[in-house]
Amino acid sequence: MDHDTAQKGKGLDMSFYVQTDRMSVGYQKKAILNDITLELSKGEILTLIGPNGAGKSTVLKSIARQLELVGGSVFLDGKNMTEISDGALSQKMAVVFTEKIKSEYMTCEDVVATGRYPYTGYFGILSEKDKEVVRDAMEAVHLMEIRDQDFSKISDGQRQRVMLARAICQQPEIIILDEPTSFLDVRYKLEFLSILQELRTKRGLTVIMSLHELELAERISDRIMCIDGARVDRIGTPEEVFRKGYIRKLFSIETGSYDEENGSMELQAVRQEADVFVLGGGGSARACYRRLQREGKVFITGILYDNDLDFPVAQALSKEVLFTKAFEPVDEALIVQAKQKIDEVSTVICCRDHFGSLDTANRELYEYAKQQKKLEAG
Amino acid sequence: MQKSRKRRYIIAYGFLCIGVVVFVLLNIGIGSVSISFTDILHAFSGHETDATTASILFDIRMPRTAAVLILGGALALAGYLLQTFFYNPIAGPFVLGISSGAKMVVALVMVFFMKSALSISYADMIIAAFVGAMISMGFVLLISKKVKNMSMLIVSGVMIGYICSAITELVVTFADDADIVNLHNWSQGSFSGMTWDHVKVMLVVVSITFIMVLLLAKPLSAYQLGEVYAQNAGVNVRALRVLTVLLSSILSACIVAFAGPISFVGIAVPHLMKKLFHTQTPLIMIPACFLGGSVFCLFSDLLARMLLAPTELSISTVTAIFGAPVVLWIMIQRRKERG
Repeated sequence: MDHDTAQKGKGLDMSFYVQTDRMSVGYQKKAILNDITLELSKGEILTLIGPNGAGKSTVLKSIARQLELVGGSVFLDGKNMTEISDGALSQKMAVVFTEKIKSEYMTCEDVVATGRYPYTGYFGILSEKDKEVVRDAMEAVHLMEIRDQDFSKISDGQRQRVMLARAICQQPEIIILDEPTSFLDVRYKLEFLSILQELRTKRGLTVIMSLHELELAERISDRIMCIDGARVDRIGTPEEVFRKGYIRKLFSIETGSYDEENGSMELQAVRQEADVFVLGGGGSARACYRRLQREGKVFITGILYDNDLDFPVAQALSKEVLFTKAFEPVDEALIVQAKQKIDEVSTVICCRDHFGSLDTANRELYEYAKQQKKLEAG
Repeated sequence: MQKSRKRRYIIAYGFLCIGVVVFVLLNIGIGSVSISFTDILHAFSGHETDATTASILFDIRMPRTAAVLILGGALALAGYLLQTFFYNPIAGPFVLGISSGAKMVVALVMVFFMKSALSISYADMIIAAFVGAMISMGFVLLISKKVKNMSMLIVSGVMIGYICSAITELVVTFADDADIVNLHNWSQGSFSGMTWDHVKVMLVVVSITFIMVLLLAKPLSAYQLGEVYAQNAGVNVRALRVLTVLLSSILSACIVAFAGPISFVGIAVPHLMKKLFHTQTPLIMIPACFLGGSVFCLFSDLLARMLLAPTELSISTVTAIFGAPVVLWIMIQRRKERG
């Protein structure tokens, strides 16, 4: 360590497990992301999000010491990574990257067992204890039934779980994963992340990973790092990051929308004159909105309270939402406006099967549409 | 699973060992002068034997057989190392032009020494071959940085081989008549004319290299999974790569220095062994490749001597006939797996 980095290191608070000090990452001495400062405590989960090609993998590889840093330094458990020996690091850190394992005549169990490498003797022969750790790791990710199958002949999803088991049996303190859930179906996505969460709780495992599923990232992460291609835009708790309109900005979304509050995304709304009015509320109309969007029909909807389940979807997909503040009575003027809209369209779709005794406004619109013979059931 | 594997390894090793013993006996027994098995036993048990028979056995056939055993194993091992290094199942010292590079430098050195009427030691020959191997290897490594495609790497290697062979031909053309015969025989690849002195030198070089390769078995097993995971396992990938290049070049150089370039053994044998043992674990594959290479070369040398006796075929003629189809088979199989 040269004098300069030593100085920098002294200024840092060493209570964090992973810490970067003005880390710049890139390829062949050319930085693509500069001055990343990150602090992560033991047992925390950090997720990197951002558009394709933003440099998430580059950051992960740099922290894992697979890529040389262009500038700055990374500290692991208070030690500069450049001072940790290969052997010591391999007992502390495991990786699951997108690179495929090249294997011939290897069963899933063989591949998992390669995780024991840092612990075996000179010729790499597994002891009874090693075999036990391998078995435990395979049980943790439910692999026992495919343990003897050829690794090159299993599905991508199974392969990903084998890779996780391999990382687990390396018994690391920190695990780094690059898009680990990409090939998994929804069941295994949830299972995969639950396993990580369990490892964190039980063994104090620290996790750094990149995810494409924003809604999952929001739920599992203690901290989220947003990379937008030019820089690390934000690091913070999910609440700090998932502010209204931020995801749209981070990913430069131009068609469709992302709702930060509910973690749901919608395709682009149809933009023309509206020809349909949807009577919704209480979550009854969401499916109808999406169907209309798919069919390319433009619609107006109302009257919704702004805390209604239908409201965010309506905002994303409808031409206009007639709404009022939650827990307040509906303004008479709004009902008049709604009736005007009903006059302009050819069809009114009612998604409600009943109206509550306090929901007189929508009942009135329902009767009005019926009178006009425009009513259709949703 | 583990038990059936162990059984497979034991059976396969047994099979190879029997192969070695059988072919060693055949190689000693068969030739333009046929010597019966009882005569061989007689000679070995120290009984009084006919001087000619004894000379054929002890001075010609036995050193030759020993050389084939050692160099054949070395050749297959060099192929295995290169295949592991490049993640390429059809890499080998011959196709990558490494043998031809070694041949070129050895030819240059030989002609120069003969002209100056100096004698060449075996060590000089091996060093010259090593320099040549490293020159070719350097080019192959440069190209492998630029082209990631497996077949392109092989094509480049073949081209390097052609260039080196052309230069060798040029040198041979300018050499004296007497040298030409010598050079020509050797540059086609042949195990003829081996003496116990040769065997001693190659035994030392090859066994040291073999032990070093065996000591690399564990990092090589991690390297096989891909560089990313090797690094994560704590392997110093750069050092391992340097060592692999050096060791495979030493092995290739040793073969070329004594027997000239020999084709296809380096590719075919590791592949056959993988099929036989059903594993890619280096700890199993390293000795297996060595034994397999020995058997393959003992068999090929026997045919080379026998087929058109008393004329000898060049060893590569035989190894190509049996080795090249294996290479074709590998390529077709890979295509199938991908498609």
